[in-house]
Amino acid sequence: MSLKIEHLVKVYPGVQALKGISFEVYKGELFALLGPNGAGKTTTIRIITGLTRPTKGKIYLFNKDIFKHELWAKNQIGLVPQGINLDLELTVEENLLIHGLLFKMPLSLIRKKTEELLELAGLSERKKTKVKELSGGMRRRVLIIRALLHSPKILLLDEPTVGLDPHIRRKIWSFIKQIQAKGTTILLTTHYMEEAEYLADRVAFIFSGTIMKIDSPKNMISELGSFAIDIYSSQGLQTMYFKTKEEAENKLLEYTKKNYFVSLRRVTLEDVFLHYLEKLEKK
Amino acid sequence: MKGFLAVYLREILLLKKRIFRLILSLSVNPFLYIVAFGIGLGKHLKVNGVPYLQFLIPGLISATSMMQAFAINVEINVSRFYLKIFEEFQSAPLSTVSYVLGEVFSGITRAFLSTFIILGIAYASGVKIYLNFVFFLTIFLNAFVFACLGLASAMIIKSHADQTLVTNFIITPMMFLGGTFFPTKNLPAIIKPIIESLPLTLASHTLRSIALYKTFKPINLIILAFSSIPCFIIALYTVKKARD
Repeated sequence: MSLKIEHLVKVYPGVQALKGISFEVYKGELFALLGPNGAGKTTTIRIITGLTRPTKGKIYLFNKDIFKHELWAKNQIGLVPQGINLDLELTVEENLLIHGLLFKMPLSLIRKKTEELLELAGLSERKKTKVKELSGGMRRRVLIIRALLHSPKILLLDEPTVGLDPHIRRKIWSFIKQIQAKGTTILLTTHYMEEAEYLADRVAFIFSGTIMKIDSPKNMISELGSFAIDIYSSQGLQTMYFKTKEEAENKLLEYTKKNYFVSLRRVTLEDVFLHYLEKLEKK
Repeated sequence: MKGFLAVYLREILLLKKRIFRLILSLSVNPFLYIVAFGIGLGKHLKVNGVPYLQFLIPGLISATSMMQAFAINVEINVSRFYLKIFEEFQSAPLSTVSYVLGEVFSGITRAFLSTFIILGIAYASGVKIYLNFVFFLTIFLNAFVFACLGLASAMIIKSHADQTLVTNFIITPMMFLGGTFFPTKNLPAIIKPIIESLPLTLASHTLRSIALYKTFKPINLIILAFSSIPCFIIALYTVKKARD
């Protein structure tokens, strides 16, 4: 186990951002915290990285309490924040140099790792380019390799593709997959369902500071069903879930005969997410 | 040490990218003060037995180095609230002392840059003043104090508008009253002790004594050095508090 979070609570004046969440991230896995804006994803990341203090709760990194071993813990973590917090006036290389020095790396190692990671990110040609001259996708990749420079044991990605075009998002996804393939444990927060479904080994649904469900996307989907039909009517859209395609097709036929506009498709993680959200709203 | 170096190097790299613009902007104010107060108003004026322009230069150095050291608050504010660079520092295994020293030394570097520009303009205007190690040590201590206060203000204040308020209500009055343009002995007795105990006044008096009379009161320098300790502690405290 790489990361263990126990009963984490964070109260800001007038709002409880986290209501005692607990989860574990296993070594080498990509664990996604999936939830709408304001669910508590970024607060969780900020607490793990020491940017925010929790109100209550414990966090263990490789069985060590991170609040008791703060400097040690920071060395084990690579953070890719939601916003691009690079120095826009400085070059890619200069940004990486500063990060390396902040993590007390020897200059020769900073140079070596810079070359390696720039190549991995396909940015070798951009070493001397000012960050402000890079595209959004390139800046995001620089942010990721900066977090990897000090060889962290766990990488925290806070909404790494937010605001990016779909084709750039796909490039970032394959880059994240490459990083995971090299053995890095990853904790990802996102509100993009397809991102979590494509990347994550396990997903936790987080709503209003509470974790509702943790499992692999495959298990979550199969729990709900494999096929879905969407029925469009004057009351709006209604979705029904089925274990087999045959069941779904029978229902589809039934509704078609009643002159409904109906479509058949596979169940996605988004369906599972909406199902739990509905459950929560009913509560 | 590497943490301090990272913070300082970042500031120096940014300063290097803007060096020509910065030198030009740092030259404007002292040039105008020298022309307006030194050459325009004070060409035939003598203060404390010396030509006013010669009297003005050391005061101008202490005031400008104070302003430049304090001005790191603007850069830090931009880094913190707009670029979010402060979060990169906070998530790194960087001690508060290293961060504070890195930022404070960048303020000191800016202060020395402005000092050399004023000295250049002064020499070009035909004003020659005496310089020694204590002269530069005084600038260092003055800049240290105000860089610490600049950093602390950047941590406490959360908007650019409020930063301007601090500059307008504290730094600008101090610049005008702290022995920059006229001797503090002429001030009303009720405020004189307060003004004379301000770090800027102590720095102005010491720089002026060295520059014009090749001497100084060690007590002024000792008070200035001791006042840097609480300022450093305030900077450390505000940086620690800024986490949440």
